[in-house]
Amino acid sequence: MRKHWGSGVIWLLLFTMPFWMLAVGGYTELAARIVVLGLAAMALNFLLGFTGVLSFGHAAYFGLGAYGVGMTIKYLFPSTAAGVVIGVAAGTLAGAIIGALIVKLRGVYFAMVTIAFGQVFYFIAFRWNSVTGGDDGLTGWGRQPINLGFTTLDIQGNDKAFYYFVLALFTISVAVMALLLRGPFGRTLLAIRENERRARFLGIPIELHIWLSFVISCFFASLAGALFALVNNFTDPRFLRWDQSGTFVIMAVMGGMRSFWGPLMGATVYVLLQDYLSSHTENWMSFVGLVFVLVVLFFPRGIVGTARTRTVAEP
Amino acid sequence: MTQLILFNVFNGLVVGAFYALMALGLSLILNLTGVINFAHGGFLALGAYIAYTLLPYVGFWGALVIAPVLTALVGIVVERVLIRRLYGRDPLYSLLLTFGLAFIFEDGTRFIWGAQSVPYQIPASLTTALSPSLFFLTGYRVFMVVLVAAAVAGLFLLLTRTRLGMRIRAGTLDLETVSVLGVNVRILRNLNFGLGIYLAGLAGVLAAGMLGLQPTIGTSLIMPSFVAIIVGGLGSLPGTLLGGILIGVASGVTTVFFPSATEAVMYVMMGIVLLVLPRGLLGEEGRF
Amino acid sequence: MKKPSTPTAMTRRTVIKAAAAAGAALLAPPIIKARGEEPIKIGLDNPLTGTYAALGKNELVGAQLAIEQINAKGGILGRQVQLLVEDSTSGEAGTAVQKARKLIERDQVNFLVGNVNSALALAMAGVSNEKGVLHIVPGGHTDGITGSSCHWNVFRVCNTTTMEANAVSSALLKNIGKKWYYITPDYAFGHTLQEGLEKAAAKGGGTKVGGDLTPLGTTDFSSYLIKAQSANPDVIMFLVQGDDMINALKQAVQFGLDKRLHLGGAQQELESLLGLPPEARIGTWVFEWYWKQPDVPHVKEFVAAIKKKTGKVPTARTWFGHASIWSCALAANQAKSLNALKMAKALGGMKLPPEVGLMPNEAYFHEKTHQLITTLYVGNAQAKGSEPEDLFNVTQLVKGADAAASPEEAGCKMTWPSAT
Repeated sequence: MRKHWGSGVIWLLLFTMPFWMLAVGGYTELAARIVVLGLAAMALNFLLGFTGVLSFGHAAYFGLGAYGVGMTIKYLFPSTAAGVVIGVAAGTLAGAIIGALIVKLRGVYFAMVTIAFGQVFYFIAFRWNSVTGGDDGLTGWGRQPINLGFTTLDIQGNDKAFYYFVLALFTISVAVMALLLRGPFGRTLLAIRENERRARFLGIPIELHIWLSFVISCFFASLAGALFALVNNFTDPRFLRWDQSGTFVIMAVMGGMRSFWGPLMGATVYVLLQDYLSSHTENWMSFVGLVFVLVVLFFPRGIVGTARTRTVAEP
Repeated sequence: MTQLILFNVFNGLVVGAFYALMALGLSLILNLTGVINFAHGGFLALGAYIAYTLLPYVGFWGALVIAPVLTALVGIVVERVLIRRLYGRDPLYSLLLTFGLAFIFEDGTRFIWGAQSVPYQIPASLTTALSPSLFFLTGYRVFMVVLVAAAVAGLFLLLTRTRLGMRIRAGTLDLETVSVLGVNVRILRNLNFGLGIYLAGLAGVLAAGMLGLQPTIGTSLIMPSFVAIIVGGLGSLPGTLLGGILIGVASGVTTVFFPSATEAVMYVMMGIVLLVLPRGLLGEEGRF
Repeated sequence: MKKPSTPTAMTRRTVIKAAAAAGAALLAPPIIKARGEEPIKIGLDNPLTGTYAALGKNELVGAQLAIEQINAKGGILGRQVQLLVEDSTSGEAGTAVQKARKLIERDQVNFLVGNVNSALALAMAGVSNEKGVLHIVPGGHTDGITGSSCHWNVFRVCNTTTMEANAVSSALLKNIGKKWYYITPDYAFGHTLQEGLEKAAAKGGGTKVGGDLTPLGTTDFSSYLIKAQSANPDVIMFLVQGDDMINALKQAVQFGLDKRLHLGGAQQELESLLGLPPEARIGTWVFEWYWKQPDVPHVKEFVAAIKKKTGKVPTARTWFGHASIWSCALAANQAKSLNALKMAKALGGMKLPPEVGLMPNEAYFHEKTHQLITTLYVGNAQAKGSEPEDLFNVTQLVKGADAAASPEEAGCKMTWPSAT
């Protein structure tokens, strides 16, 4: 029961965010950023928290989604929906191919190889000037109003309409991930996470499951990337770089990677912290780094995990 | 054209030797403790700045000797205070903690020494080119390669001929047994970390003479070092050395033919190696 | 069941506290207290970390001095001025855009200033134009900002890449040689600077014998230098900036390339020369402002004021920051309004007063492109000057008007919003 109640509060906050964001010193775009980066962290956590596999290269798929939407709107046709579809397809396809190559590796090795493959995509975006805009990023495009047939959704000019567009896609994604995890597929993933060898003896095709989990995770990561490009009306090759991947991991861990909502919490705290610190001190990097260190040393189970332990400890 | 390629192969060797020095330190730490040290670039910068600070008092040669040792001492303290808590835990945590440390190092060096690049003076005897036709072989670069070779030889001697080295190698294979045999694993890991950081500090002092000295000096070198380790094969120090030199040469040669792929080529190479030899060039079966 | 109220109460309390603190901070300076008015806000969105941190910092110092001077002289429209500083990072346009939106949407700044990095400046201009905020670009040089991507609300203090190219090319062609090889940073600034140089060289009979695009943040230039050398040019043009300039020049001199051909370029900065060992302070370049101008009034006072703040002489970057903030104040005071449209009309064509201009020729904003037309200082880098920080020897002053492209050549077609 408590769980449902907690989710209810989260949804209530998400749906009302644009209305109180300004009052608490934020701005509408900040709300959209939190939701989008939260989705990215939750997508990563599908693999990290619920399958037990650490990818340190998810920024590549995130970035492919972003460039997919940007390049579609800029070069092919000015349609937000088509852009999102193509961006997600590109990210997922890349994830499927890379995933198949590395699915046999484990642990540190897997993490390092995902970083390195991610960097290939980063350098393509960074150096292929004529197509991706190179270091300058892809400019000269913007999100387009969405024609729903009966009405047009003005996500171009109306900040709030755009926020709810993002939130709608977030809601669908979260629902799909929750359903997958609750079903037999999700239970198998948990079994692999808890004890891979035992799962293998039970006849579970481990590699196939890890691959599927990787691809699903990349699918949602690229959706988040596509939305992130729409938030900024801009894509930057640094969306694909390894430090961006590290940011997703820290969001998931900080929030609590064993919990479904943890990564969203982590993303919220991270985005707010960075936004606040970088306006107040030029040494914000030290503080962000310090948060990393403190989380690892003292809150390895994250915000949600730690909160749960507390409630159990003092009933 | 052949001359140009030859130039770049030689030059790639120089750059590769440098990557290898970085990667060997990373590899040492990784092999014994399973910790990937993202802050390695930060230690490199620290070594360079310590040398810069010492330069007026002890000169170039003094700084070359003292700065890496001081950096290693900082490394030993960091290991005792922070890294030690991560052993036996998911590698995720060591990745994150050292990632955070890398941030703190970059910002810390900027805070102490400023964002402005500082000039690092090397002795005049090392600045001249060896001969006009081989102008890319400057005294400093040759000196660097010799020093890296000496450091690598010293490292391998240490690992094969001394008690500490043999214990490190044994620990790399099976830490539990080593511990049962009465070796103090805590001290072993501590010294091993210090040794890895010593190599980073040495790389830093050498880098300061070749590149401009600024707080971000280490960040661009960390990724090639990772690739060197993967290409060479996790768990194999000779592999790391080979990997470093190979990617240095590969990016040097690529500059001639396809300059915009200079950085990407090492990752492509890594992909190919992994497809053909999943354990890397000299990696052993079963580890990692 | 008491739990749900806790987070909201916490938030509310924090907000009230924050508001109280902010209020206290605003009330603290006695002058504002006396006037009881909200200060005018200028948002500076510029790099404080990364490759361009040193340049961004110097622009910040210049901006701070300007704020002090403006406030001492009675502020903008009689109100005090406040500088809000955000770190845009050196290369992440996404962050720069986010910070620009934050300054405009949340902090409601009256002016936006930034960025050192051309690509980031262009991205920020997109935001400021969308929101209709007066935007001064202190130090992003790419042509587009006051050319093909010009906007009615965007003004630029530093030179265009075309101006730099035209200023330096005749000296290089005349004194050194006609075959040039380019080492160019691979982003907006580098692309337009090389284009400008190629055009200027072609007019004087110069040719391009090759070139390489190097990504921002390259540390090892050796393979590019080997390639450049084998193309046998008269001049290797180093168009990279910041730390990349230091790495490239340092390595070129270690290779002894300075003894076989000329190492030079267009834009050079005191920050880079200070970071280089003396033997690498060589070549023909253009400076955009120099601290040693004994015959120009007010320069001595400016140098002294900056030295008092930092212990170092001002660089062109310090001057950019200083002139940018002063431009905001001049625009508002002339327009007698904070309306961006009125201020933009006032600033177009405006001449900077000598204590702001600090140049031998009068600097003014071009009415059609909103580009500041300045004086350019062509000369040679020197290992040692009369003073430790005197590292550049000016040989020729070029009038900005002679070097700048016409609005038509620049491709600037400005559309103004209908007056409200």
